[in-house]
Amino acid sequence: MKITLKNLSKIFPPQTKKGSPVHAVDKVSLEIPDGKLLGLLGPSGCGKSTMLNLLCGLLTPTEGEILFDEDNVTALAPQHRGVGMVFQNYALYPHLTVLQNILFPLENLKGKEKLTRAQMLSRAREAAGLVQIQELLDRKPAQLSGGQQQRVAIARALVKLPRVLLLDEPLSNLDARLRLQTREEIKRIQKATGITTVFVTHDQEEAMSICDEIVVMDKGQIQQMGHPQKIYDDPANLFVAKFLGTPPIHVFSGNIADKTLYLDNAPILPVNLPDGEVTVAIRPEGFLPDETGALQCQFQGLEVMGRDTAILCTHPACAAPIRAIVESGIACDTARFSIKQGKIFFFDTNGNRLYLGD
Amino acid sequence: MEKNNYKGWLYLLPAVLFLGVFLVYPLIDVFIYSIEEGYNTASGTSFGVGLYNFHYILQDPHFLQALKNTFLLVLVTVPLSTGIALLISLGLSAVKKLRSLFQTVFFLPYVTNTLAVGLVFMLLFRQTPYSPGLFNTLLGLFGIAPVDFITGPYWAKMFTLCFYTVWVVMPFKILVLTGALASVKQDYYNAARIDGTGKLRIFTKITLPMISPSVFYLIITGFIGAFKAYSDAVAIFGTDLNAAGMNTLVGYVYDMLYGNAGGYPSYASAAAVVLFAIVLTITVINLLVSRKHVHYN
Repeated sequence: MKITLKNLSKIFPPQTKKGSPVHAVDKVSLEIPDGKLLGLLGPSGCGKSTMLNLLCGLLTPTEGEILFDEDNVTALAPQHRGVGMVFQNYALYPHLTVLQNILFPLENLKGKEKLTRAQMLSRAREAAGLVQIQELLDRKPAQLSGGQQQRVAIARALVKLPRVLLLDEPLSNLDARLRLQTREEIKRIQKATGITTVFVTHDQEEAMSICDEIVVMDKGQIQQMGHPQKIYDDPANLFVAKFLGTPPIHVFSGNIADKTLYLDNAPILPVNLPDGEVTVAIRPEGFLPDETGALQCQFQGLEVMGRDTAILCTHPACAAPIRAIVESGIACDTARFSIKQGKIFFFDTNGNRLYLGD
Repeated sequence: MEKNNYKGWLYLLPAVLFLGVFLVYPLIDVFIYSIEEGYNTASGTSFGVGLYNFHYILQDPHFLQALKNTFLLVLVTVPLSTGIALLISLGLSAVKKLRSLFQTVFFLPYVTNTLAVGLVFMLLFRQTPYSPGLFNTLLGLFGIAPVDFITGPYWAKMFTLCFYTVWVVMPFKILVLTGALASVKQDYYNAARIDGTGKLRIFTKITLPMISPSVFYLIITGFIGAFKAYSDAVAIFGTDLNAAGMNTLVGYVYDMLYGNAGGYPSYASAAAVVLFAIVLTITVINLLVSRKHVHYN
């Protein structure tokens, strides 16, 4: 199922008399390819959950259209869209057993779609098998761990064979270890069913690790869409550059004069950009320790974290302390670096990407 | 730990003392009175121990009338008031505008004096030589002949008492149920909507189980409250309830102690023990039924 959004907007009326209307989703156009796992990524309040609610039909858009393949579903009620949704807190009915929870959507079917009890049970067992919870069917949700509840919620969403699966921050209620496990699980289930899946998260690592495509959103607008690694390597603007990556990218304010980048009045490297102020962003792994390097920082300390070593230092042109990730084993007490190609990006003062001229 | 044990008891002492003197001791005393035949308050003597007191009250037409009235009141008002309160609460949680106004209006009876309300009900229902009363006037619009709801036939008086009781207990029930409904997370309803659940099914399969602890609480306290009804009947029918044929069990106990018939603590105690046994039985039945239908999270 290909999903197409055309010029989609959702404007909430002001909360108070003096307030202004909130543009939660602002003229978003987007195409989600069939059978892909798409991550909607952004900080809280960026409109990603609103997008999800528009997709499933709990909210109706102020303007714009939503197409599932060629069907215009913009005006359809949620139950007619054929979507399965997993809520952030799973919304499992606490008074029903796991099996009753999974059966619930099937028992709602009416008319032609109505199933016999035996058909329902076989469908429910199939869905339970897919998420590997066959042994838990007689338990109540309160007797399950967070990860198991998550699987039940996915099984309940899948049991009616939806055209689209929507997941709202599915991992945020799990502990770190379980989160890692469950995201692999989601990837596996998505692969196995081949169902077009939209996954909302504020955690960039989560999104980058399992999604085929990610959409970075901010202030109700799409900042960039594409393959996770591609976005990481080639951010469209400063927001995207800052939002992706842990530790975060380091941002310097610099100057260009005579095709040379100056940071704190020291020449760093030649660039083919017009003169003027620029914002420079360098990935933590873009700092190469180099006795003769052009970037001279003030050494603060070393941080050894198993696989990686980080050199902590400061630079007058960078407001935040710098954490340069280097290979471990490098004994280094100076903080001179040269900068790795492709790990440095230039932006104008409005945060738009400046591409180097040839 | 062991050493400080007495401190815990010391802190509990005032409460234990009060409960013991004013609750536990009288409770035991009532049981003793109920089996002491011909107990005399002044001399503090009795003829002996036996079940004559129970035998007497079970043949007393006033007691049987009170028993019948109380059971009727309980069976009619508890389901009715809980059901109506549920409907109103559902309505209240569905409206957005003027919700607080409606909540205030529905809560007003709770803060109004019982006797004042009783007087108003008398004005509404009483027939006088000069006026048929407001309720009868209303019935007259539908061509129904006027009935005296205060001193008239038994069913009319029972209707008044039930109507009054339902009206009086309503605000508390609405308050509890509105709170319970508000605590059901919106996500459950959203999930149900996406799955295409019908309104009735949402109510019976999601809402009702989720608020079942509150409903159960209201039913238990409703039963107990209705079994203890007395002041409501006095407010409407006056103090001589036996003459009006509208006495309740608690009213009978009171009358046996202090009323016109006054001065029979043995009979009063026996009646109180019967009431206690009934309330205990009903509560146990309620608890047993609730095991299956009430879901605590």
